[in-house]
Amino acid sequence: MSIWIVMIAVGLLTFLTRLSFIALLERIQLPAAFKRALRFVPMAVLSAIIAPEVGYVDNALFLSPQNPRLLAGILAALVAYFTKNVVWTIVIGMAAFWILGILL
Amino acid sequence: MQELAPGPVSKASSQADSIGKLMEKTAPQQFFLGIKDELPILVGVAPFGMIYGILALSAGLNPLDAQAMSAVIFAGSSQFMTVQLIRESTPWLVIIVTGFIINLRHALYSATIAPHLKHLTWRWKTLLSYLLTDEAFAVAILNYQREGVTRFGHWYFFGAGLALWTSWQISTAVGIFLGAQVPAAWGLDFTLPLTFIALVVPALKDKAGIVTALTASLAALLFFGLPYKLGLIAAATLAIAAGVWVEARQ
Repeated sequence: MSIWIVMIAVGLLTFLTRLSFIALLERIQLPAAFKRALRFVPMAVLSAIIAPEVGYVDNALFLSPQNPRLLAGILAALVAYFTKNVVWTIVIGMAAFWILGILL
Repeated sequence: MQELAPGPVSKASSQADSIGKLMEKTAPQQFFLGIKDELPILVGVAPFGMIYGILALSAGLNPLDAQAMSAVIFAGSSQFMTVQLIRESTPWLVIIVTGFIINLRHALYSATIAPHLKHLTWRWKTLLSYLLTDEAFAVAILNYQREGVTRFGHWYFFGAGLALWTSWQISTAVGIFLGAQVPAAWGLDFTLPLTFIALVVPALKDKAGIVTALTASLAALLFFGLPYKLGLIAAATLAIAAGVWVEARQ
């Protein structure tokens, strides 16, 4: 039930954001400062999700070469940097995560 | 995303525009052209839809809810985030606020494409707003910049948007099907940070972007213990401020 509350609320807000300027054109203009800030939103939010996912294990900070999530994450970042390919990043990152999980 | 900002219309394309007025494409022609131009992008989108489907099940959603979310929210990154926060039993208000912030960038697309949709009926504006994803915007805005506003130009946008919508629904369903076969011990939830790494790293092209990502990462590690997952919003806000600050100094 609460999943549906979240789903409908996020869906409605997303739709209204997409509709905003299409509906209200010429009555409001995006302030330039707001536009500049928007560019940084995706990388800020996504990085803030990634870091604890690879840096924490069982709710404890674990920044060590013994942490397979951290090592696999760093390897995946290198793959993403050099290939710019989503599928390769996921495949190699996941393989590293499994292999390191056995080794470490 | 920056490359997609509308540039000045070149002489050549405004000439093409006036020639185009003489022999305007019909609605079905525009519709199928939109689908055709969207196809290469679908190759990159389909794996995301599948991963979303797999993750949604591993987060404990039932297949129907997981599929419904792809139609109701219809925005990849906030669906991934919603699923992740549901798994961590985050309070629903925090999930809604975070989802809203992630999707704020669509206001930028809305403002950019609005002048081309001004003449349309409310029904069209509503439909095209629902279909205004990153990938449909990218294809539609390029077409508007090439051709200007033509009589049936919105059918091109509709074709591109509908192609993306259909492939998102189908790839979600495939992911849900696969997710049901995979045991939890495989740790497929780790594909979430990997997916985000694949999105963020290639987008870090300048100093301001790199500072944003590093600030967000460090702050998120420091603030992880904050209640209600507020650390996520706090870290993101701090990082956006850092990015804007670095850019302003240059």
